[in-house]
Amino acid sequence: MTSIDVTHPASRAAGRDPMLTVDDIHVYYGNIAAVKGISLTVFPGEIVTLIGGNGAGKSTTMRTISGLLKPKRGEVHFEGKRISGLKGHEVAERGIAQSPEGRRIFGRMTVTENLELGAFLRRDKGAIAADMDRVFELFPRLKERLVQKAGTLSGGEQQMLAMGRALMAEPRLLLLDEPSMGLAPVLVESVFETIKKVNEQGTTVLLVEQNALVALNIANHAYVLETGRIILEGPAKELAHNDEVRKAYLGED
Amino acid sequence: MVAITTLAIFLLVAAGLHFLNKASLQKAAIGGVAMAVAFALPHLWFTTETDGYLPLFTIVLCAVYALFALGLNIVVGFAGLLDLGYVAFFLVGAYVGAWFMSDFAVNVSKHTLTMNFHFLDAASHKIPGIHLSFWIVIVIAGIVAAFAGVVIGAPTLRLKSDYLALVTLGFGEILPEVFRNSDQLPGNLNLTNGTKGIGPVDRVGMGFLHIIPGIPKTIVSSDYRTKYYVILVFCGLFVWVSVKLRDGRLGRAWMAIREDELAASLMGVPLMRTKLWSYAVGAVAGGVGGAFYATIVGTVNVDTFTFSFSIIVLCAVILGGMGNVWGAILGAVVITWFNYTGLTWIGAKINNAAGTKFNFINLQFGLFGLVLVLMMLFRPEGFIPAARSKQVKKAEQQTLANLEVGE
Repeated sequence: MTSIDVTHPASRAAGRDPMLTVDDIHVYYGNIAAVKGISLTVFPGEIVTLIGGNGAGKSTTMRTISGLLKPKRGEVHFEGKRISGLKGHEVAERGIAQSPEGRRIFGRMTVTENLELGAFLRRDKGAIAADMDRVFELFPRLKERLVQKAGTLSGGEQQMLAMGRALMAEPRLLLLDEPSMGLAPVLVESVFETIKKVNEQGTTVLLVEQNALVALNIANHAYVLETGRIILEGPAKELAHNDEVRKAYLGED
Repeated sequence: MVAITTLAIFLLVAAGLHFLNKASLQKAAIGGVAMAVAFALPHLWFTTETDGYLPLFTIVLCAVYALFALGLNIVVGFAGLLDLGYVAFFLVGAYVGAWFMSDFAVNVSKHTLTMNFHFLDAASHKIPGIHLSFWIVIVIAGIVAAFAGVVIGAPTLRLKSDYLALVTLGFGEILPEVFRNSDQLPGNLNLTNGTKGIGPVDRVGMGFLHIIPGIPKTIVSSDYRTKYYVILVFCGLFVWVSVKLRDGRLGRAWMAIREDELAASLMGVPLMRTKLWSYAVGAVAGGVGGAFYATIVGTVNVDTFTFSFSIIVLCAVILGGMGNVWGAILGAVVITWFNYTGLTWIGAKINNAAGTKFNFINLQFGLFGLVLVLMMLFRPEGFIPAARSKQVKKAEQQTLANLEVGE
């Protein structure tokens, strides 16, 4: 394991308590280990990104955080409380929303119904309406498609909807799994602009990406994954200039 | 009298739909006609007591099956869970009806020989056994069936699609066998009367309703018209429940699970609880229909509860349009009519014309299979598709059309 230790945990924390801590989790699909001891920390207000190629264990880590998978070993804590072992909907109740890999919008429901389902756990009608307006501000395209069935949207619009739906839950931590997947480059840029905007409005973001360049561009802190382990971590700006990262993930010689 | 009432129902429903639900005039008119026809059906000129192409008994069964289809539609259509064992709830409801509305209790064991309990019932007090009012039994049947739904659902609903279907099929097969063999339990206990069945089941008492002219004090076994109206009321109630649930929070959760279980869970939908609710609510219709069925046929025999029942109700839901309340009713009416009258009636016509003696009843399941295959080929969304699949299909066609123009 090559590691350039560019982390200064004390300075990164800056006196804050971590929002999310993943502590040495091991996750298996049957007998096959997909994640072999990953630890990571997200502080409030940050954008943290997990980058790495196919099969690195990025999505598995995300699914473990959101309660869809159970770690065989290790624990996940959110705002000081243990969330590993909780079911998916219980994790959602704690204030974590996910825009899953492959978007997974509700295809035969309208855009509005999709967004309403994002707010499934909330009962404050007025605030829900206000948040819907906020989503439309972030994604004006969605507003033009309100009554359209989500399954008929373009790929980019579906990605916007998946993110908007997650935001409707009013999460304190937003998990984004491959938001750039299958999008045209120009759309990727605008989606990442939006992620930055969402973060600036106060939502902490944990972002999984194959497109390392754009992810490192907007993130505060980054972890590089390979075959189920973290091989590198540090401030995103520094990792973006790391030779090894540039070689492996940015396609430079 | 019937004609005037029919007209009144038509006007009331049409006006109600138009003004209260802001439905278009056309929709309101269709709704009004449907309600009026449903009401007037047993009095129309082409309905007959026993034979012909629309005997009263068939009409009653159509309505009972419509109730079953409404129940299964909640599980299969709304929540998207394939249930091949709906017969279990029908069975539970029918046996509840038989237990609490007959003299069977005296046969249970030597301690119950003198059991004679009557409560608001329509049976003679000289008859021993347990005799409760039909209206109370219906409620018990609904509750017991819902409970059965939760008991069957809790271990099985963890499974996905095909596996769930197989396990529900298993439960639908096991339960009749258990009831078939529960007549000689340890301690000489007889809970089901085994293959002999339980009967006769008491008549339905109409209670204070009989002060209304035309409503009898008790429904005699040949009075299919009154039976029809009773079951029609339950169908109406269940339509209302279905629509309310569909448009509410629970309905949204069901739809989310049907569309994408994983995403639903991420939105905070509790998967297990939501699925169990669909099972329980769906089972209530099965239980109520079952108890009512016991009073129509008069005896409950374990041979009634076959796998083919589950399939017929499922066919009704698919044929009508999965997830559409009105489709489920239409599908049930069509299937039940063919099953009990249509096939023999059409068969007799064909035999008469061709001079053959072919038994069309034997072809029953072959024909159902053929119809299902044809439906899947030419109209997979059913007679009356759920509104959302209609719109998606339209949008898809538009996209296709655009693509073709683009080329």
